[in-house]
Amino acid sequence: MSSDALKRAANRSDSLAHVNAAGWGRGLFTLVRITRMTLRHPWQTTFAIGATLVAAGLQLMIPRLLGHAVDQTQTAMAGGVAGKIAESALLTTALILLTVSILRGLFTMVQNYFAEAVGHHMGYELRLACYEKIQRLSFSFHDGVHSGDLITIGMLDLEGVRMYFSTALVRTILLAMLIGLGAYMLLSTDLVLGLVALSFVPFVAWRSSVTQLRLRATWLELQERLSVLTRVMEENLSGIRVVRAFASQVYELLKFDKASHAALELAHKRVGIRVKNTSAMTLSFFAAMGLVLWVGGNKVIAGEITVGTLTSFLTFMTILQMPVRQLGLMVNAYARASTCGTRLFALLDLDVAIKDAPDAKDLEISEGILRFEDVSFSYPQAAKRPVLQHLSFEARRGETIGIVGRPGSGKSTIAHLIPRFYDVTGGRITIDGQDIRNTTLRSLRQAVAVIQQDAFLFTTTIENNIAYGDPWATEPRIERASESAQLHNYVLGLPMGYDTVVGERGVSLSGGQRQRLSIARTLMLKPAVMVFDDSTAAIDAGTEQRIRIAMRRYAKDRVTIVVAHRLSSLMHADQILFVEDGRIVERGTHESLLAAGGRYRALYDLQVRPDDNIAATTKTEARV
Amino acid sequence: MTDELETEREDGRRPPRAVVGSHRIEEEMFGKVFDGNIVKRIWAFVRPYKKQMLIAVFAVLTFTATQLAIPLIIRYAIDHGIAPGTEDHSALLYSIIAFAAAILINFGASYVQETVVGRVAEDVLFDIRRAMFSHLQRISLSFMDKTEVGRLMSRLQGDVNSMQEFLETSVLSVGDITLLFGIVGVMLYLDFRLGLLTLAVLPILFVVRIYWLPRARIAFMAAHETNSVTNGALAEAIHGVRAVQSMDRQDINFTLYDDKAHANLRAHLTAAKYAQVMVPIVDSLTGVAMALVIVVGGSRVLNQALDVGVMVAFLFYIQRFFDPIRSLTLQYSVMQRAMASGQRLTEVLDVPIDIIDAPNAKDLTAEMDGSVEFRNVVFGYDPKHPVLKHVSFKVNPGETVALIGPTGSGKSSAMALVHRFYDVQQGEVLVGGHDVRDLTQDSLGQQIAMVLQEPFLFTGSVFENIRYHKSAATREDVIKAAKTVGAHDFIVKLTEGYDTELGERGGNLSLGQRQLISFARALVADAKILVLDEATANIDSYTEMLIQKALVRLLENRTGLVIAHRLATIREADRIIVLQNGELIEIGNHDQLMANGKLYSKLYNLNYSSFDDLPDEELEAATSGDFKT
Ligand SMILES: Nc1ncnc2c1ncn2[C@@H]1O[C@H](COP(=O)(O)OP(=O)(O)OP(=O)(O)O)[C@@H](O)[C@H]1O
Ligand SMILES: Nc1ncnc2c1ncn2[C@@H]1O[C@H](COP(=O)(O)OP(=O)(O)OP(=O)(O)O)[C@@H](O)[C@H]1O
Ligand SMILES: [Mg+2]
Ligand SMILES: [Mg+2]
Repeated sequence: MSSDALKRAANRSDSLAHVNAAGWGRGLFTLVRITRMTLRHPWQTTFAIGATLVAAGLQLMIPRLLGHAVDQTQTAMAGGVAGKIAESALLTTALILLTVSILRGLFTMVQNYFAEAVGHHMGYELRLACYEKIQRLSFSFHDGVHSGDLITIGMLDLEGVRMYFSTALVRTILLAMLIGLGAYMLLSTDLVLGLVALSFVPFVAWRSSVTQLRLRATWLELQERLSVLTRVMEENLSGIRVVRAFASQVYELLKFDKASHAALELAHKRVGIRVKNTSAMTLSFFAAMGLVLWVGGNKVIAGEITVGTLTSFLTFMTILQMPVRQLGLMVNAYARASTCGTRLFALLDLDVAIKDAPDAKDLEISEGILRFEDVSFSYPQAAKRPVLQHLSFEARRGETIGIVGRPGSGKSTIAHLIPRFYDVTGGRITIDGQDIRNTTLRSLRQAVAVIQQDAFLFTTTIENNIAYGDPWATEPRIERASESAQLHNYVLGLPMGYDTVVGERGVSLSGGQRQRLSIARTLMLKPAVMVFDDSTAAIDAGTEQRIRIAMRRYAKDRVTIVVAHRLSSLMHADQILFVEDGRIVERGTHESLLAAGGRYRALYDLQVRPDDNIAATTKTEARV
Repeated sequence: MTDELETEREDGRRPPRAVVGSHRIEEEMFGKVFDGNIVKRIWAFVRPYKKQMLIAVFAVLTFTATQLAIPLIIRYAIDHGIAPGTEDHSALLYSIIAFAAAILINFGASYVQETVVGRVAEDVLFDIRRAMFSHLQRISLSFMDKTEVGRLMSRLQGDVNSMQEFLETSVLSVGDITLLFGIVGVMLYLDFRLGLLTLAVLPILFVVRIYWLPRARIAFMAAHETNSVTNGALAEAIHGVRAVQSMDRQDINFTLYDDKAHANLRAHLTAAKYAQVMVPIVDSLTGVAMALVIVVGGSRVLNQALDVGVMVAFLFYIQRFFDPIRSLTLQYSVMQRAMASGQRLTEVLDVPIDIIDAPNAKDLTAEMDGSVEFRNVVFGYDPKHPVLKHVSFKVNPGETVALIGPTGSGKSSAMALVHRFYDVQQGEVLVGGHDVRDLTQDSLGQQIAMVLQEPFLFTGSVFENIRYHKSAATREDVIKAAKTVGAHDFIVKLTEGYDTELGERGGNLSLGQRQLISFARALVADAKILVLDEATANIDSYTEMLIQKALVRLLENRTGLVIAHRLATIREADRIIVLQNGELIEIGNHDQLMANGKLYSKLYNLNYSSFDDLPDEELEAATSGDFKT
């Protein structure tokens, strides 16, 4: 996440702000937690770990057997054992070796498969948890975080955690077994040679751990730079029309290059760090091998050990080469799991700011009265800036409330408070006397439908979009909603009709068509309160009027709230609220407001009597 | 009203119309393992780094050679310096010296190879990405309209990354293949018969592989595909979260997502089975080969027909022998993925740029007159269904012309043509007297500023958003533009004024505020022609009137094209064009249009004179245009 996004998100209950501050303690805690998660699959975990132990043991037998075979030839030759006997002894060794190899293969398979399986099961659980969390987190959380960052958590970070079991935990057990048992075997065979053979282990372990930690630090930095790059690309593509309209491709490429170079530079640096490490590790390994050859060779010459022992030392080292190289990967897997896990769990642990109160009851609609009681509100991100101040009004079933006001006066905010997209910071909102904070979210959101000002359309067919809130709906109902929203005839004219895919966010629709589609999909719900947030601004007056007439059918048994700039859209409202800087400055019916001759009147004059707009202007200016 | 929304029926059926994510199967192609064309395309990106690649390959070969040499040195040491019966122990010393030399060369070679390959792979990755990104900047909007941003992003990221992986592994493969051949060669050289015997296990491996590969490939691809399906659904949930919550779809979506995530789990488990089943097979074959060496080689050592060192070397080589085979298998799936990715990348790179500057395209200069003319224009997003039908009009220099008409009548589309977002199917669009197809797109963009119907803002400060690409614009210019559109007042009230960071798509502003900022952005561009597509639709009439007054000054000597549904918005217009159903049905000034009593006068009446309901027939007449599209 970018640091400014974090800064902004800093003082909210459900923010990811504390995440990057993760220290060692938290990292360790994360690892413990992931480990505990694996225990939810006790059988698979047991199989994986059990198989690992056996496979490691078997693997260690191989150099032994090879050495043994070499020795057999040597002793036979030296001792003049009869060819037949020596050959059958060799055959036995060969058969044991074959069996051990096959078993080792089988156990490795079991180990790998179950290790992967545990990881995938964890991945599955985490995916679901992540999805569910993201769906439930409140608007204020989503306001403060860039969608790209959430996608990163849900994809990359989740992957890092998923891989933990197989690449970190199981590998640790395997490596500990191999190195530990191997060391024991070597040292017990020949202490000096054993020490020589193992001399590279501490160096490599230290080296690769240090490197991996350095890589981890740069990895975080790289992620940050890449996320800037991602943002540049994503916004460029989402805003492609703006880019084209201003012919700013060159400017955009410059932005891209800047972000891209920053990331590339760091990527190069990381290659350097990584390579220096692996080469040094290989060198130290081979150096130890050379030493074994030298020291061991001299011991053979001195007759202290056999050629076979030397062979098994050398083979053993080849076997160790791989796990030792993997030490680095293992450290990396731990580091990755702890950073990724810390971020992922921070998301999963977020307290959903807006959720059911412990004793929440379903909303009971009786008379259908919506009431704002002295409501104040400010957005969590800009807590010092009051957006609504001491707002009160009431609306009964069948009534329509109109809201007008300048941009930023708080109209949409009012709309967002009713379904509890945000919680009020002062006062309360009630429906039939029940504070909406004491009702279940589900019942509340089914009772309140908001047609949002910039509605999000899904990249699917028109039909699926309309039926979004009620996917079991029958076709006639869908068509009826579409007719009421004055969309039906347009859809019929399309070659694919209701099966037309609307393009991303509805790009292949005109502005007015998009708005009508979002009206239609809201009409599928049967709410007690329905809010039109400036949802006919891109629709011509004629079509709008037809919609309004169709809406009357629905308006009887619900509260309707209409936010609009075109006064003809709301002049029939039972009550009109004129909002300014979060306060209701005028209220009343159209007629009474006109009679009062205030701000509403001035707006009306501007819209209705275009010819004497000078007079209207001066009047308004005097007032506003 | 509060009846439970069912997420599934008793029989486990899912809601018929509910989907999450918008996955399209044809996207996930099953790549060939090797596709000459794609390799050629990718090679074009590698070519600039040919020298480095040569060095890398050379280093890999050196590295492999030392890998091969080490067991030989050990063998020499054992046979000539260590084994009982050898007299001259100086051979051990020589071996150690040779060993030291070999590992130093090995060190150097692996260092060079990994550094060079690692860096070149990163470079190529960034180069490909840049090539795609800059190509996307030129691709016509009709392609972009059809393609989801998420899909393009996965190409710019995931696919590009797998190309990088491919490059890294292909150099390694060179090493692996050399190692394989080297080992075979050395084994045959050391002892031809024993060598042949050991290699006898290879055909078995080949037979198994031939059987295994196609099945495993399908499993791997399925796993890969379900990944992108679930990720797509997650991305949709993130982008559409507000709509999801407001329609209370969380439960259904969760069930549907669970289906996808579960399919993903199953696909991965199957793929893991396929991947792992090879392990015991390869291990068994290793075991067979080693057993053979012990039995056959051992008895020959007994007969003194073979040095014990050779036997040791064989045992070493057998262990190393299966490593490259194993990693080649891994690389095989990387290659396969890379081919699929490469295919998707070249697909993007190959999207033809339909709208290109003509070879002799002229720059549109600021000195041009600023006229805009449509001559018999026919245009449709789908050529079979024209959206604009034989539209002709001329906007004279300095004139302000309004475009009105029912929703969906083609107003925004007409404005897109002025900018040459799309090419017309018939007729021509002229700007400053030149057909837009004879002008460079850059100069066209510089002379036309546009306020789009959807105000899109970038993350970044308010200041950066208003200034946008006009880097030369000073803070004063920005403030002046903001004042002109009446945005200054609210901007200074934001927590950090002009330096306030905007959320994604400007989400922390109200829609009207976003619109004002995008309006200010167009003013800073300081262009000869100003196109306002519903620029004040979400703004109150009072603010709008202030903007209009300011615009009157601004539009002197400039051409204005204004689209609006609120007719009060266009009262300053010199002339009015009425579109209905893609046809130009009226053109003239307000009085003329009012006098002829056609659509304009009806819409006008709807807007003004009657705040009461119109009789249905009249409504029908005024709005029927939309319904026959
Ligand atoms: N990118 C697109 N791809 C396909 N069809 C499109 C696209 N954009 C618009 N259309 C279709 O073209 C027709 C004209 O759309 P246009 O946006 O020009 O209408 P408009 O007059 O601007 O309407 P509104 O007042 O609602 O904005 C509509 O039927 C619309 O569905
Ligand atoms: N998510 C948010 N975070 C922080 N501030 C916000 C957010 N959304 C809106 N605001 C601020 O709150 C104020 C009220 O915004 P609101 O969207 O309610 O205005 P509005 O009356 O609907 O305006 P419009 O007519 O432009 O739609 C504005 O000053 C706006 O900048
Ligand atoms: Mg609003
Ligand atoms: Mg439009």
